[in-house]
Amino acid sequence: MTQPARPRGFPLPSSLQVVPGTERAQAAYPYTVQFGPGDDDRFWFYNSMHFPEPMSAFDMVTAEAAYCALGASNTRVHSLPTTLGIDHRIINGRVYIGGNAVTDPAEIARRTEEFQKRAFYYYANWERLYEQWREKMMKLIQDAQALPKPELPEFEPLANVHAGRGVASNHYLLDTYQKTLEGYFRMWHHHFEFLLLGYGAYLTFFAFCKKAFPEITDQTIARMVAGMEAEIFRPDDELRRLARRAVELGVDAKFQQQVPADDIIKTLQQSGEPGRAWLEELETSRHPWFNINVGDGFYHYHRAWNDDLSMPFACLPEYIKRVKSGESLERPIERLRAERQELIEGYRDLLNTDEERAAYDQMISLAHRVFPYVEGHKFYCEHWYTNLFFNKIREFGSLLAAHGFFEKAEDAFHLTHYELELAIVDLMTSWSNGSPPRGPAQWPNIVAERRAALALWSKHETPPALGPVPDVIDDPAIVMLWGITRENLDAWLSADSGADSNEIKGFAASSGVVEGPARIVKSVEEISRLKQGDILVCQITNPTWAPIFQTIVAAVSDIGGSMSHAAIVAREYGLPAVVGTGNATSRIKDGQRIRVDGGRGIVTILQ
Amino acid sequence: MSSTEVIGWFADIGLQDRPHVGGKGGSLGELQRAGIAVPPGFVVKTGAFERFIQALERKAPVRSVVESLKDVDLSVATTCCAQVRARVEAEELPPDVLDEIALAHAALCGGGAGAQTPVAVRSSATTEDAADASFAGLQDTYLWVTSLSQTLQKVRSCWASLYSVESVTYRRKRGLPEEGVAMAVVVQKMVDARTAGVMFTRSPLTGDRSVVTIEGSWGLGSAVVGGEVTPDRWVLGKITGDISVRDISEKLIQHVPLPTGGTEDVAVADDLRRAPCMSDAELQGLRAIARKVERHYGHPQDIEWAVERQTNEILLLQSRPETVWSSKEAAPVARPAADPLSHVMSIFGGKR
Repeated sequence: MTQPARPRGFPLPSSLQVVPGTERAQAAYPYTVQFGPGDDDRFWFYNSMHFPEPMSAFDMVTAEAAYCALGASNTRVHSLPTTLGIDHRIINGRVYIGGNAVTDPAEIARRTEEFQKRAFYYYANWERLYEQWREKMMKLIQDAQALPKPELPEFEPLANVHAGRGVASNHYLLDTYQKTLEGYFRMWHHHFEFLLLGYGAYLTFFAFCKKAFPEITDQTIARMVAGMEAEIFRPDDELRRLARRAVELGVDAKFQQQVPADDIIKTLQQSGEPGRAWLEELETSRHPWFNINVGDGFYHYHRAWNDDLSMPFACLPEYIKRVKSGESLERPIERLRAERQELIEGYRDLLNTDEERAAYDQMISLAHRVFPYVEGHKFYCEHWYTNLFFNKIREFGSLLAAHGFFEKAEDAFHLTHYELELAIVDLMTSWSNGSPPRGPAQWPNIVAERRAALALWSKHETPPALGPVPDVIDDPAIVMLWGITRENLDAWLSADSGADSNEIKGFAASSGVVEGPARIVKSVEEISRLKQGDILVCQITNPTWAPIFQTIVAAVSDIGGSMSHAAIVAREYGLPAVVGTGNATSRIKDGQRIRVDGGRGIVTILQ
Repeated sequence: MSSTEVIGWFADIGLQDRPHVGGKGGSLGELQRAGIAVPPGFVVKTGAFERFIQALERKAPVRSVVESLKDVDLSVATTCCAQVRARVEAEELPPDVLDEIALAHAALCGGGAGAQTPVAVRSSATTEDAADASFAGLQDTYLWVTSLSQTLQKVRSCWASLYSVESVTYRRKRGLPEEGVAMAVVVQKMVDARTAGVMFTRSPLTGDRSVVTIEGSWGLGSAVVGGEVTPDRWVLGKITGDISVRDISEKLIQHVPLPTGGTEDVAVADDLRRAPCMSDAELQGLRAIARKVERHYGHPQDIEWAVERQTNEILLLQSRPETVWSSKEAAPVARPAADPLSHVMSIFGGKR
């Protein structure tokens, strides 16, 4: 091996500048997540997979709670042999993370012994523990739903007084707020209870396939493992069902593009029995399946379908058109299942020996056992629970706005969760002593300042990684969750030199070659710009975007691996997709003609 | 027509007949048996060669002369081989052998004095040793042979190739007796190929058995096999059919048949040079054939194929076992574990 002439690395954290004029907004993040002394010696990378946009002050709770739980699972619960948890830092609203590897062989051995007592028990009892997990998760969701709406009546309700409750309403503000946060932090522990073990079992099979079949595509391995009936497919399935019902009930003409969802609902309410029957069907679909948000659960403004029906309704006219043209919108579960079985058996037959086939059987059977969790947890955690959480915070925002703290409820998300608690205590205190709250003089300016900072940060390019490049990346969590390997760091480092090339490389996510105009979609709000025949180019695609896959002809993303749900959905729709390109949204211009080769993972700019 | 000691029709022969029909002939028969389309034809078996050589020996010794060429000067060997080859090329066939070949040729090509269906005449060696691949390269294939007399001449040329100085030197170095040396010759209908090429039922780069690698170019396959054009190249998932590599190259020339017999190089039309020479559906057709052939043999294959110009039918011209990767003894990828869970330590245990 020849050594590179000079040590290669990314900019040091200490060399990063806070965008001028946003210093106070940067200072809002707690000291625990500010870069500081010692951080220059470590490798960090921008977690653009989960946090593709700058984080508002409140939304950083999603990183805090997630890493708290991820680390506990790795470090203390399952004792992963070669890694502890993940540190995170925030600058200019961007979340950088760094793994905490274990390298001392004696320590690895000690942790391995613990790991086998813990993780192996989970694997051995997976189905029972997963069933128990569902019960815990549903209980957590019910608890969150049961939390009261925060309210401050002028006088304590007489009933409470006569009942001798002895605790006034202002106390319940803090109580509800703390329970809301407590539930959210707890949810993330549930989230990581199985996740790394699940990915690990999947990756074990993945690594075997790569060794046995060096040219097998990631997507083929994914297809051998993926389930057919994961919860994440349900929202889209429900939309198809509703489209079919609209045609059966003869109300399909009411669904038109560009007509707001509320207007369509009003028309249906007034259109007699069939319209009302359809609306009843809608209600059964909405609970729980529209508890899915249009993002990945890390931003308060990625609203759930249930809170904003415009996304699902925008997709209905196209589905209805397809139903009327005689197309079956049913996902062909039986056929998909048979195809998966053919793949599994086909590759099995190609192995050299019965010994290899026996090992293959052991690995794929474990992968199949763990995968329902890997696919299913997101619906409950990042979607359903997270929607409840943000909506509860929104209720606090409304209350505070009503008392002059903010212009509008959404402003609450410009406070950190620590600051928000302070504002609530402020309100509780003023309610109790009859003085005006201090908040109205305190928060509006700060909110305005932070809103302006977010706007600046979102235009500011941030390096993909910071600090020295490690020789090897042997942290299963980093490799599994972010697909970060030494090879792609090298590719990032040399990305500048390839800047004039018209080719952009990514992961081959779904095969096929197609050409068309690129539509750069940087946020969920821009989805409506997509027209039939467009190629979606976005930072991260999301399973809830599934319905728009009927409009587009291919998908390209900056972030994501071949197991990302977007990749799975693209394969379901038979659309070419290239994910994890790193910078497609900045290299490609809106409207440019591009070619997507999903089998090779290459996007070519044609003009 | 039924097969005899001289003639073996593809339908009647298989791999087990290799001692008499050679590797190429046996493989074509085997493919036809497996239900794979090959251009129809027959083999002039080693029995014919044996009778021919016997007749030649009666006039003057052949095998003893060749056997005596050990440790002689190369120029001596060259002169001697040239003389033997000239005798083989000039000698009339024994009448009974000639009759049988003529009958078979007429059955294949329609006979008569008018224009006859062109055939390919290809040597089909019986040797089985490891150097077979390179040895086979020393033998000959004659394309677009348009008459019986030409066919007979090319059969003799194939036989004569056994006495090329390279072949003879090769046998002498290894001390192979001349007595068993024989050559079968394949005579089959010529495919006027729109596109032709080769395919491997594994990756030549990594040995991966889960892919099929296809190379092809416009016209007859001889341009690809002879390395005269950079072919288009595709890699298909053997099981999935996913096309993971599409390298469409600039194909400047193609081999096409000459009406008078033989082939010529012509320039590829401008608009076809950078156009893929196979459609996706045809590539999938090849993949299906690759799987069928490999399954039939139970071993990765190295296949020559052609697409008929008028009908677009895919025909196989040859299939032989892949040797490069197959001869490498690979360590097992993984072994079953007493505790299946222990496999996960390959991910969690560190590298390493």
